[in-house]
Amino acid sequence: MQFHTLFSKAVPLLWYGSHVDKCEKLTRAPGGTRLCEASSIVVYKSSLLQILRLVACEVWDHLLHFVTLLTHRIIPCLDVKAGRVVKGVNFLGLRDAGDPVEIARQYDEAGADELVFLDITASHEKRDIVYDMVRKVAEQCFMPFTVGGGIRTIDDVTALVQAGAEKVSINTAAVVTPEIVRQTAQRFGRCATVVNIDPKRVPRDGFEERRAEREKQGLFAPHAVIPDGQPDDIVFEIHVHGGRTPTGIDAIAWAQYIVELGAGEIVLTSMDADGVKTGYDLVITGGVSSAIDVPVVASGGCGSPEHIRQVLTETDADAALAASIFHYGEYSIQETKQYLHEHGVPVRLTH
Amino acid sequence: MIGIIDYGMGNLRSVQKAFESLGSQATILTTPDMIDAQVSHLVLPGVGAFGDGMTHLRDRGWIDPINDFYKSGKPMLGICLGMQLLMDSSEEDAPSRDQPIPGLGMVKGTVMLFAGDAYGPGKLKVPHMGWNSLNIQQDVSLFADAPENPHVYFVHGYYCSPADSNVIIATTDYGSPFCSSLKQDNLWATQFHPEKSQRVGLKMLENFAAC
Repeated sequence: MQFHTLFSKAVPLLWYGSHVDKCEKLTRAPGGTRLCEASSIVVYKSSLLQILRLVACEVWDHLLHFVTLLTHRIIPCLDVKAGRVVKGVNFLGLRDAGDPVEIARQYDEAGADELVFLDITASHEKRDIVYDMVRKVAEQCFMPFTVGGGIRTIDDVTALVQAGAEKVSINTAAVVTPEIVRQTAQRFGRCATVVNIDPKRVPRDGFEERRAEREKQGLFAPHAVIPDGQPDDIVFEIHVHGGRTPTGIDAIAWAQYIVELGAGEIVLTSMDADGVKTGYDLVITGGVSSAIDVPVVASGGCGSPEHIRQVLTETDADAALAASIFHYGEYSIQETKQYLHEHGVPVRLTH
Repeated sequence: MIGIIDYGMGNLRSVQKAFESLGSQATILTTPDMIDAQVSHLVLPGVGAFGDGMTHLRDRGWIDPINDFYKSGKPMLGICLGMQLLMDSSEEDAPSRDQPIPGLGMVKGTVMLFAGDAYGPGKLKVPHMGWNSLNIQQDVSLFADAPENPHVYFVHGYYCSPADSNVIIATTDYGSPFCSSLKQDNLWATQFHPEKSQRVGLKMLENFAAC
């Protein structure tokens, strides 16, 4: 192993900064015997073992990192409408800011690890335009990419794969007909089957009504799984149709279900964080990524490379998706990766 | 000319276009009789499940022509599922570990599932998806001009475990080291996708075409 690789692994091993929060939470648990008190931290006997366990887990995690050099992926997401990239991409030297192929080629050159194309065309009649775009991208860009948006049936999935998408990402259709996830995995493999999950924080009362309604209809209606340390009057509910329609389905339980059906990757977009640029939603990203054993792509809320560092180190997310920070040239892919590398996050620097 | 076997497992256009972008002629072979004297290199790509892959190869009459091509001594390359199919058998889709699904049997060894649970709950995520590095074990022409420990793109849940470790030309660490490329005589195989691995991968395809 090269020295710099070893070094970048050893630094986080010695640095337990990410534990401060967890430890504080434990030490602040009321009651029990106070063992010691230093500055603002009080250590209770009852929580000491738990702290030791946490530290042991973290050491194990980092030891494991020694033998898994899989890097974290940085993924720009492009919104496409009728075959054109919308919400503008503003690179230096881009001749056509709406041409998906040219933008993809630029990101390929810039060292993006993967691309996601999200088709937001309202009309289903214009699918051919999407297939044509996918074909052109696949023919000219030698990097991985995922295509999502507007998928309703297994035939839509098949057409996308035949056009050259190696991964397809299913969102609303997975909720309407979960069977499409199983069919996609059967036909094209688990590796090609990506499911988008769009959770949003909602009061428990409203959620319970919608959940009960689903249960009455005999649909998959699990009880809410509340991530660690969260108030249980708030539920992370899946929303569809671009975040407009609540479904009565809990995000963590849904993620587990959909992985069982055949999803090989989850793109998790927090509806609360999306577009706000104040950072990824670490709570739900942590909750989902630790509950399932397939890769999770964190999405929604990225405003800086530091946000990417947070979500990749403080949760089990495997990849980070971002749009505007890259599209508007606020940060380049390379400087983002350099920042992550300097902070001990394994990324692919050369390409 | 480079012939790419189309046996109904995934889109082959990116493989074809990758070779074309390097100035090689590449054609997609939809039937075995398309293998003629013109075809100097054969590529077996593929994504999807092992069982389906073997069924399609058999139904479309590819098994003997692939073996004949290998015996002819001309360069051949298996990519991803195409690498796994070269092995004796796979535990993917198998009714049990004792009854693995037979493969082409051109390389001795088996195809096994990454044991996600062997490293603590939820620690090793399967599929192994993303950019990981190669530990090049042998100085072979496929890796000519490759950077040290190049990063390449992987998407797979199963990996090849060759019986003869001499065929392994590169390993990759995921939980533990696995065989990420092999070479047996004129036969090459990569578990990663060179056609999706940007500049590094294209260079390897160029090296293969120059074999």
